[in-house]
Amino acid sequence: MNMTRITKGAKQLISHLAEEKKRIDNRGFDDMRKLEIEYDISDQAEGSARVKLGETEVYVGVKVGLGTPYPDTPNKGNLIVNAEVTPLADEEYEPGPPRDWEVAIARVIDRGIRESGSIDVKKLCIKEGERTWEVFVDVYVINDDGNLVGAGGIGALAALKHAKLPAYNKKEDKIDKEGKRTKAIPITAEPIPISFAKVGSHLFVDPKKEEVQNATAHLVVTVDEKDRIVSLQRQGSEGLTFEEIEKCLKTAIKQSKIIRKQLA
Amino acid sequence: MAYKKRLDGRKFDQMRDIDIKLGVVANADGSAQFSMGRTKIIAAVYGPKTLHPQRLREADKGIIRAYYRMLPFSVSERKTPRPGRREIELSMVIKEALEESVFLEEFGQAVIDVHIYVVQADAGSRCASICAATLALADAGIPMKDFVASVSAGVVDGEVVLDLNYQEEAYEDGDVVDMPIAYVENLNKVTLLQLDGKATEKQAIDALKLGIEGCKIIKGKMQNALKQKFA
Repeated sequence: MNMTRITKGAKQLISHLAEEKKRIDNRGFDDMRKLEIEYDISDQAEGSARVKLGETEVYVGVKVGLGTPYPDTPNKGNLIVNAEVTPLADEEYEPGPPRDWEVAIARVIDRGIRESGSIDVKKLCIKEGERTWEVFVDVYVINDDGNLVGAGGIGALAALKHAKLPAYNKKEDKIDKEGKRTKAIPITAEPIPISFAKVGSHLFVDPKKEEVQNATAHLVVTVDEKDRIVSLQRQGSEGLTFEEIEKCLKTAIKQSKIIRKQLA
Repeated sequence: MAYKKRLDGRKFDQMRDIDIKLGVVANADGSAQFSMGRTKIIAAVYGPKTLHPQRLREADKGIIRAYYRMLPFSVSERKTPRPGRREIELSMVIKEALEESVFLEEFGQAVIDVHIYVVQADAGSRCASICAATLALADAGIPMKDFVASVSAGVVDGEVVLDLNYQEEAYEDGDVVDMPIAYVENLNKVTLLQLDGKATEKQAIDALKLGIEGCKIIKGKMQNALKQKFA
């Protein structure tokens, strides 16, 4: 369906419904959509997951290879998060280099997982200064119905949790493809990104695409299992007040618990 | 071990010294250099000018484009000149931090380009970039609702602090939270909000409050600099 055609009326509809405390899909302002997680969508990947959040669908795969540590972090392994919104995901997307908002999706998911210290990258180091595991997390958006960071971040965590490192042949310094995979990725915290969109004066959690398109401000709050805020990202053409931010933090902490229960 | 004293001797709620120079790029419509401790940024504004290609134009409002780049010699390990994902993302959030304050409706079909270069990096470069860009916009005479002031707040080993430097960001004896903030006082809005690290809800809220107060101080300094030039 061509969303741009119905977008014009959508803002008025969203605001009008919001006055009656309703959303376009009858959810409460603070309610997430139904979450479905399927694991192991590709047996070539070290770990993978398909996540559906309402009609938003992402595929996430984890690939692991051998690399060398960066010179400024000789005792740490590498974890790289990449995200792409494919032309499958909506009529408006065309193939080409990633746009800035697409780069931001990857960066926000990456910050939530890697920079929050949720992966013990020191344990990914095999030999200081010489050999490390390189973990690539690739997030691909298959269908866009809003909240791509939310779905992508849940998918990334799900895929990482299910991933197993390959066996390492120390003598020949290479991956032993026949060897038994026993080691998990060293995950020390479980960050869940919760997204908000502000349309008019209303804040919606887990926004649908129409809500995202008509929002003037977006906020992603990533929360770990100890209720700590591990990442924040505000985007959009308008700012948020202190009170709005405070409310989002509280809602995010609450909703992250519900999502986390569904992550096996 | 608690963080009793800051590594560079500042008070917990004290920001680094600020230095502002206006009109530092002769050809630009407006420009500024903004330094915060050792972090040094140069920004130049070109525009409002006609936007090409035409399909990017908006009939009833102008657009801002921001380009945040790090000079290869601004960091200890040379940075490749090619813009990376970090620079692309920061360009976007910087643009979005500025947008609401500029009277864009006065510049239909036009574009305002803001070019920002990090000359010397010692943490807080995106915040200093927003200050430099705001000053360059003001120096270019572009009408704005208010200054966009920006500073980072955060937590070092349990202590809420203002304006972390690189040493503090890299502090290894305890958890570090870095929360870059931009605040527009007249609109009472936070237009940049990011966070790295692990913060409790209370720490996040306390840091946000401290950051907003810091932004108010920076706004005063920006105001003074402009008054001195144009008085």
